[in-house]
Formats: sequence, C-alpha cells, structure tokens
Amino acid sequence: MPISQADIEKVAQLAHLELRAEELKTFGAQIADIINYVEQLSELDTSNVEPAIGGLTPEGAQTNSPRPDEIRGSLGQQTALAEAPDAASGHFRVPKVL
Amino acid sequence: MSRQTVEFSITAAERLNETLNAFLEIDREGALRRAEEIEKAGAGPLTGIPIAIKDNLCVKGMQASCGSKILGDYRPPYNATVIDRLVKAGAVVIGKTNCDEFAMGSSNENSAFGPVRNPWDTTRVSGGSSGGSAAAVAARIVPVALGSDTGGSVRQPASMCGVVGLKPTYGRNSRYGLVAFASSLDQVGVFAREVEDVARVLGVIAGRDPMDTTSADVPVPDYTAALTGDLKGARLGVPRALFGKGLDDDIKSSVENAINVYRDLGVEIVDVELPTADYAIAAYYIIATAEASSNLARFDGVRYGFRAEDAPELRQMYRKTREEGFGAEVKRRIMLGTYVLSAGYYDAYYRKAQQVRTLIKNDFLKAFERCDALITPTSPTPAFPIGEKADDPLAMYLGDVYTVTANLVGVPGISVPCGLSSERLPIGFQLLGPYWSEPMLLKLSHGYEQGRPFLERPPISAS
Repeated sequence: MPISQADIEKVAQLAHLELRAEELKTFGAQIADIINYVEQLSELDTSNVEPAIGGLTPEGAQTNSPRPDEIRGSLGQQTALAEAPDAASGHFRVPKVL
Repeated sequence: MSRQTVEFSITAAERLNETLNAFLEIDREGALRRAEEIEKAGAGPLTGIPIAIKDNLCVKGMQASCGSKILGDYRPPYNATVIDRLVKAGAVVIGKTNCDEFAMGSSNENSAFGPVRNPWDTTRVSGGSSGGSAAAVAARIVPVALGSDTGGSVRQPASMCGVVGLKPTYGRNSRYGLVAFASSLDQVGVFAREVEDVARVLGVIAGRDPMDTTSADVPVPDYTAALTGDLKGARLGVPRALFGKGLDDDIKSSVENAINVYRDLGVEIVDVELPTADYAIAAYYIIATAEASSNLARFDGVRYGFRAEDAPELRQMYRKTREEGFGAEVKRRIMLGTYVLSAGYYDAYYRKAQQVRTLIKNDFLKAFERCDALITPTSPTPAFPIGEKADDPLAMYLGDVYTVTANLVGVPGISVPCGLSSERLPIGFQLLGPYWSEPMLLKLSHGYEQGRPFLERPPISAS
C-alpha cells in the first residue's frame, strides 16, 4: 500500500512530532521502504493462529504478579519534582492548555 | 585491593575515552568512595569488581541519558533492581556507557553523543545498541558490564568487539529501572571476557522482583556450577538454511570451525529447520516500533529532561520538545510504530506480526525437541565502517537477522568470540536455548572457551 505525504503528516501529528519539511520527505520514503519489506508477512497463512501476547514464558505467565497492597515509602514531592524542567509550588508547571 | 582495581578501571576509562567514546559519564570520586566502603564492609560475591552500566539503566545519582538529548543530564532518584543487587554483592559502578538512543540501533551511531569506536579498529562501529559496554569490556577497562538486549543489543556488539554477551530468558532479570524501549522484548544482559564472569554476574542480578510484574518466579541456580567442561552427550542444532545469502565468508568459516570444535568435544551435531525464521525481522520491526511508540510517549518535556523553548501552548510544547529532543532513528521508529498501530492498519500489521511471532515460537520449541541449543552466527558481518549504513535504515535492520528471534520467542541467547576475520575483526557465534536454559548455554560456551580460548587483544586496550 503506497504511503502518501498526507499519511505521514497525520502519523507525525498522532505521534506528537513537529517534523521539519525535509524530515517528512525522508521519513516518508524510508517508512514506505520498510512497510514494503514487512508486507512479506502476508505470505504466511495465520488464519488459525493465536497472536502472541509477549515474550512471556509459561512460568512467567503463571507468576503471581500482584504484590500486597501495602503503604511504603515513595520519592516524596521534592525528589519527584527535582528533575522537572519547570516546577512551581509543588507542581509540574506546563504552558497554557487552551 | 578493591580501591586499586577500581582506580585502574577509572583511569583506563578516562584515558581511552577520547579514542573510544565508550563512556558518557565516569564517576571517579563516587566510585573510589564506594570502593573504600566496600573494602571495609567485607566479602560479597562481586566485592570490589568495577562494572560499567549502559546509560539506559538507572543508577541513583548518576546520569541516565539513554544516549538522547531529550533526557540530557537527567539523574534518576533510584536504582534499577539489577543495580541494587550488584551493589549489594559488592560491585562498584564506575560509569555509564554510551549507546544508541533509547537502545534503538545496531551500530551505536544513533547516540546523540557520537558513536562508540571499536577497540579493534577505531574507524569501525562497535555494534549496538550496547556498544559502549561491549567496547569497555573488550578494551580491558572493566571485566564486566551490563547492557540491554531488545533485538540483539548485547549479543551483536559482543560479537563485533570480541567479548561474551548474554541475553537471558525473558523474565529472568527485573526490568525495573531499565528505560523501556519494547517491553515484551527488552531484557538486561551481561558482557564479560570470560564465560565464568557472565555466570557469576547473572547469578547476582537474576530473580523475581515484585517491582516488575514480568519478572518470573523461577529459582536462580548456581550458574558457575554448570561450567563442568564436560560437553559429552549434549546436542547442538544447526539451522543450515540461515547460513546462506548475506553471510560473510570469514564468519561462515569461523562458525563452521566452531561447530567442528564442538563435535571434537563430544557434542552431537544435528540439522534443524526453522521455516519461519526468514520472517523474524519483519515481525520484529513491527512489534518493536509499536511498543516503542507507546513507551516513548512519556517523553513530553513535563516531568524530567529537556523542554523546548518558545512554545506558549501545551501541545505545541510537546511537539517541539519531541522534535528537538529525539534523534532521527527514534523519530523514524515512533512514526513507524504509530503507523502500524493506527486505525485501519492494526490487524494488517501489529496483529499479523504477533501471529507470526507465535509461528516463530512454535518453530523454535519444535527445534528444541531435537537439541539442547542452536548454533548460528551472531552477526552476518564483522564490524562495518562508521557511516556505511547511516542513510539506509532497512539495511541496518537486516543485520539483526540472527538475533531478533530470541527476543520474539523469549528464549536466552549468548554470543561467544570464535576468531578474527582476515581484517583482524572479531567474529562471534551465537547459541540459543530453550526457556531457562542459561546453565546449558553457559556450559556449552565455557566448554568451547576451554577448548579454543580467545586470547587476542585489541590494539586499543588498557592492559
């Protein structure tokens, strides 16, 4: 399936990437190339095949995942905010939403 | 003693970094302080062993850039579980190693901080994505290092730098504190020059962690106990169909030689077939990019790392931050992953790839009914010149042909050095085993190493 410039622009928008014009062009061609390569999967008949749900081993799938719901130490507000590009009054500050 | 060993490593790292670019951070002061503390604290299984850590694993107080500008000088406030376990065993982290941005790449050229150079030939790539860790071990800077392996990122640079590299079974190690690339494929792996060191470190870091729901509750054996040197009766499967087109002649003959060495050691060699293995790269690059597009959504300039300036509105800030913060390969993979998951394409690509993943898994499980492990080359070529594949992402992806299957299936794999090419570049073979077969893989690797020790040193080396 050919990939149009409009497809690439839409994908960039969905992925929250403000791509430059030349990136849109190069990525468009390269992604089309890769998609063309992965199309070979259609050669395989998978009509009765269950999709894999990950790399889990049978033992991993049986491992009891939930841990006890206990209160324990957390990073705390100060540490959690320490790496933020813009923190103010105990919050992450972001540019205006509307 | 600890202090001297650690100081040697730090000095070597500092001295060779200008040439190799293997480290993004070297923590001289902190590492020496910890070495002294450990000396006083007494013996653990890894007491005083200097270790280098890939920059996508969190070490408290040190940077974790993942080779990306978007994380910049981010310093995580906690340790990855594997780091906690290493520290508890007495190991001393001396620094963070360079890698392809968010572990996406096979050459280390995708690092925002420049490529790692191969200690065997500094005009060539180290392999990737854990290239810094591989180069640091190869150049004798550290005896062991950790990396992560999503599609070969430990095994392939190990082969290109002439060291041993193990990717354990999915769920063997905790991924808590490993920055996620593709969560169903990622696994922390170990580099060392000797198999015994890999076994020792794996024994320390492996095991269930309540902080990672995919870490499996499977007992951790004494891996060093498996290194008996007696390989008689073991069976090695050779998927002959994978030894065909695209495989470098030197690598082919080296791996054939390794098979003969195994035969001489009393290992039975059987032919096996993996009919769907040819489709592995296609399935892998759909699944890995889909998971990456989701995992990397968290880098938005709000909670940590870089934020673009001059973006007065929230969405605009997200877009500019990600545009300026991510490098080309990461953006390409986010785009590809977003495309294959987008409305109308999900069934054709993602669901199809997960079905093919089932077929590949079935092929491998069937092959393992006939043998204890499979042997293949690790990489189809030795280390290539820096820049050679930079403009052709698909050509780069195709180089992962031997390694991506282990991640898709979830089985362990190890790369073992088995010689040098005519240009004196390292060559490795790969062993792949069933789930939880690390003892067998280590035993087979160790047996080979005893029979054919790899004693060559790279021209760039600390000792």
